[in-house]
Amino acid sequence: MNAVFRISGAGRLSQAKTASFSFDDKPYIGIEGDTLASALLANGVHLVGRSFKYHRPRGFLSAGAEEPNALVQIVRDDARKTPNVRATVQELYDGLTANSQNRWPSLAFDVGAVNDLASPMFSAGFYYKTFMWPKWAWKDLYEPKIRAAAGLGVSPEKPDPDHYAARYAHCEVLVLGGGAAGIAAALAAAETGVRVILADEQAEFGGSLRFESGARIDGQDGYAWAQAAIAKLKAMDNVRVLSRTTAFGYYAQNFVGLVERVSDHLKNPGRELARERLWQVRANRVVIATGAIERHMVFANNDRPGVMLASAARTYLNHYGVAVGRNVGVYTANDSAYAAAIDLKKAGVNVAAIVDLRDNPAGPVIDEARGLGIEINFGRAVVSAGGKLRVSSMTVQPKNGGGERTIPVDAILMSAGWTPSVHLFSQSRGKVAFNDETKRFVPGTYAQDCVSVGACNGADGLAASVDEAYAAGAKAAKEAGGKIGKGAKPKVDAGESWSRGMLGAAPGAGPGTTVKAFVDFQNDVTAKDIRQAVHEGMHSIEHVKRFTTNGMATDQGKTSNMHGLAIAAEELGKPIPQVGLTTFRAPYTPVTFGSIVGHARGALFDPTRRTATHGWAASHGAVFEDVGHWKRAWYFPKAGEDMHAAVNRECVTVRKAGGLFDASTLGKIEVVGPDAAKFMELLYTNPWEKLETGRCRYGIMLREDGFIYDDGVVGRLAPDRFHVTTTTGGAPRVMNHMEDYLQTEFPHLNVWLTSITEQWAVIAVQGPKSRDIIAPLVEGIDMSDEAMPHMSVREGKICGVPTRLFRMSFTGERGFEVNVPADYGEAVWEALWAEGRKHGATAYGTETMHVLRAEKGYIIVGQDTDGTVTPNDAGLDWAVGKKKTDFVGIRGLTRPDLVAKGRKQLVGLKTKDPKVVLEEGAQIVADPKQPIPMKMIGHVTSSYWSENCGRSIALALVAGGRDRMGETLYVPMPNGTIEVEVTGMVFVDEKGERLNG
Amino acid sequence: MLLIRCPYCEEERPELEFRNAGEAHIARPTNIAAESDDDFEKFFFIRANPKGVIYERWRHIHGCARFFNAVRDTVTDKFVMTYKAGEPKPAKLPGASK
Ligand SMILES: [Zn+2]
Repeated sequence: MNAVFRISGAGRLSQAKTASFSFDDKPYIGIEGDTLASALLANGVHLVGRSFKYHRPRGFLSAGAEEPNALVQIVRDDARKTPNVRATVQELYDGLTANSQNRWPSLAFDVGAVNDLASPMFSAGFYYKTFMWPKWAWKDLYEPKIRAAAGLGVSPEKPDPDHYAARYAHCEVLVLGGGAAGIAAALAAAETGVRVILADEQAEFGGSLRFESGARIDGQDGYAWAQAAIAKLKAMDNVRVLSRTTAFGYYAQNFVGLVERVSDHLKNPGRELARERLWQVRANRVVIATGAIERHMVFANNDRPGVMLASAARTYLNHYGVAVGRNVGVYTANDSAYAAAIDLKKAGVNVAAIVDLRDNPAGPVIDEARGLGIEINFGRAVVSAGGKLRVSSMTVQPKNGGGERTIPVDAILMSAGWTPSVHLFSQSRGKVAFNDETKRFVPGTYAQDCVSVGACNGADGLAASVDEAYAAGAKAAKEAGGKIGKGAKPKVDAGESWSRGMLGAAPGAGPGTTVKAFVDFQNDVTAKDIRQAVHEGMHSIEHVKRFTTNGMATDQGKTSNMHGLAIAAEELGKPIPQVGLTTFRAPYTPVTFGSIVGHARGALFDPTRRTATHGWAASHGAVFEDVGHWKRAWYFPKAGEDMHAAVNRECVTVRKAGGLFDASTLGKIEVVGPDAAKFMELLYTNPWEKLETGRCRYGIMLREDGFIYDDGVVGRLAPDRFHVTTTTGGAPRVMNHMEDYLQTEFPHLNVWLTSITEQWAVIAVQGPKSRDIIAPLVEGIDMSDEAMPHMSVREGKICGVPTRLFRMSFTGERGFEVNVPADYGEAVWEALWAEGRKHGATAYGTETMHVLRAEKGYIIVGQDTDGTVTPNDAGLDWAVGKKKTDFVGIRGLTRPDLVAKGRKQLVGLKTKDPKVVLEEGAQIVADPKQPIPMKMIGHVTSSYWSENCGRSIALALVAGGRDRMGETLYVPMPNGTIEVEVTGMVFVDEKGERLNG
Repeated sequence: MLLIRCPYCEEERPELEFRNAGEAHIARPTNIAAESDDDFEKFFFIRANPKGVIYERWRHIHGCARFFNAVRDTVTDKFVMTYKAGEPKPAKLPGASK
């Protein structure tokens, strides 16, 4: 059963293969190969949407990617509700469900249409003007009300369940656009043997050959020739042919982004297929064959459903076998629309009249139309379209004024001429040039290795396009290293030409008129709005664009930019090139976030790094925190414990007995070579030459400006070998910093740097029982205090595997850090854990590590420092070698600001009420009674509850802090001001006796 | 995404493998501790930030890990040439008019 507007015998689809679908819950029948647009038109449905601002009823303007009006929501399920799909691009599949957008309660009766009556309020620039006053109205009125009424479609409520693929590809010649020109260029390039990729946004190749009924190439019908050529290209090993693939962005050095719609046209895509595939193609040469887009005529009510581009009507007829009406009118300013009238007339559709703005045009198509008995009116204009939900008539008037005549029609096919699609050329940073004779912008100066061919380059006919494209394809291939091709140039036996047309408002919509003659359908911008923008002082096209929003919708002004520019130029009294063209930006058509994101989401969004003991920690109930890419055990709650209770228990147990902590994430760099000590002297503030083998030192690294960059304990394993540790987060940048100096400033030093972070697992064993826990497992190392004092390092074996055993402490207790090859990390941890339990030790996480180090006043670079803190500010002057003549940062340290008085210095803070724990980042003032804004003299950098101290403790950066010992300062908070006392930074064991305890 | 020629690997590789490292040909003074405030300011803080040709450092961080120098046009983003660290600033650029 055929739909009523399907013409049997017309079009290329097999009318036997039907597909059922629904639009706004109403069932329809289409056929395979339809777009949603052609299927709806076959059923006589033109009204498919409401416009963005005025909620005017809208139908189909086009049959392609430039469509501004027919945006629908395609619903597969709760998670797959894609808004703003152009019905002209969406391929039909059996069971497709589509809904109209931007209407309530129904498409035919839309409450928002009152905006159309109130349109003076919504004219150009209304966003900027209306929302200026009063302030409350924005929040309470404009924002919620206008947001509810506007908007395009609704988002799905669930995460996107589809997957998106991505590929990189390289080729010698990339051809963008698969119309006659693109195919000819691809053939020429492919015959030379080089790698060719040909991409086109449509499901079928052929471009305008889909509607050009008279074209004949190499003795065949034009469209049939295109299909044969594509089959030939597909059979070649050096060619990749991509349909349903849009080139959306042209980037530097011929890097082009393509998005391939893999499965949106399928009834049941299944989980195997990606929904879309992103191609990132690097091409030696690019041939741009993107064609031209037909422009509409700008006249009153030119947006009524049924008013469409002439080439669209031809496409629906010649490709899909659908008549867009039974009694159509044609309004044109060039020859192209005549072919639409002729094709429809021959298919049995009544053509009520052709209205041609030109005075006395002549030519074969005009003769043919006249011969078919079609009424032709020269020198006349359509000044208005009648009807509301569907066009019902056109009002015709001599173009210089005079008597009106109203002709009943059910569709108006219009053509103002063709705009070359220079989008991708312009994105490549090429400069367009205005051709004054043909009134269009064409590629001018090239910035990259590309060439434009065919209609997008200003070619005026099929034969010229194919000739130019074939030559360009062969030349591009040759430049990219191809051999001489053996093929023959396609011969165009018959083809259409497309001549000029007009730009700007047609008669009846010109200066002084206030009719709704739309320039930009999607953003509801009229000719009047553009003139108004000029009157209100917008003299640059970029300003006009932003003031009116012309060309700023998702269609990026494909049909509207040139009209808008011409109207602005006329109003400004300037030639078009002086007013300028707005910038073309990527993407050419909207691209889903899914295709850009690809596989990089969820667990694959960012790498996750786990330490060797991760599994053990997880099975022992650890709660993890993210530190950079690392998962670190945060605390180990026992049954019934919250974080607070677990951390308190861990803190007390470490100081009373012992604790095991995974410190593997600390960065580790091995500095090796005859000049290793010299290198260390230059990169750290401390002296290293005299550090004995087997001893460790706490090192500070500065940037050249004198500020602390990183810190860590360094062990000297041999005269020419240092084991350097860095902060967890600082590891990559410290390595980069070291390499930078070694390669570029100190290349005379014979040193090798190796990152060994992942090679060694590090188990910190801390607490009075730490030696007792480790000793039974160690071979070949004397662990007595005399043989292995605090800050020493030994190599030997633990559990039978090699170890670098450090005696060091980040807790203030006697402590060790057991380094073992990472593969043995978990086994050694298990063995140490078994020993530890005999002594009542606990496993502890990063939170306890933080509290214990704060109790001792040990800083964490990046928490207690912020890139503006010097060693002196941090109370670490002792770590700066006073006799050294050079190290990175030595000059920075003597800068006037860095030696000035009153700098912020790290101090301890105790709250007057010991139960109150300060908030990290809280600001500190000297006088809480001063007027707001208060003078802030510092901030809290670290703050914890210390169960060991039975009170809260904090570290803070305070101006002149070390001169304020004992002073009372204030921390103003929303719930009141907290009194604090300035203290030293050490809260536990000030004399450091527990290191040997 | 740009293609950058690493002068050590001797081939063009995608930008993702590289990291910019600021202006080139700014040598750290040999006796830096003795620099005046003004000279240190010039060395450490002041950069040319030209519109047009810039001499800058890059690191092939996800490749051979070497630092090298590049000449790039900041307007077009085009790389004019790259050369090894330590080599002098090129006196003549390829394609330059004189
Ligand atoms: Zn390299």
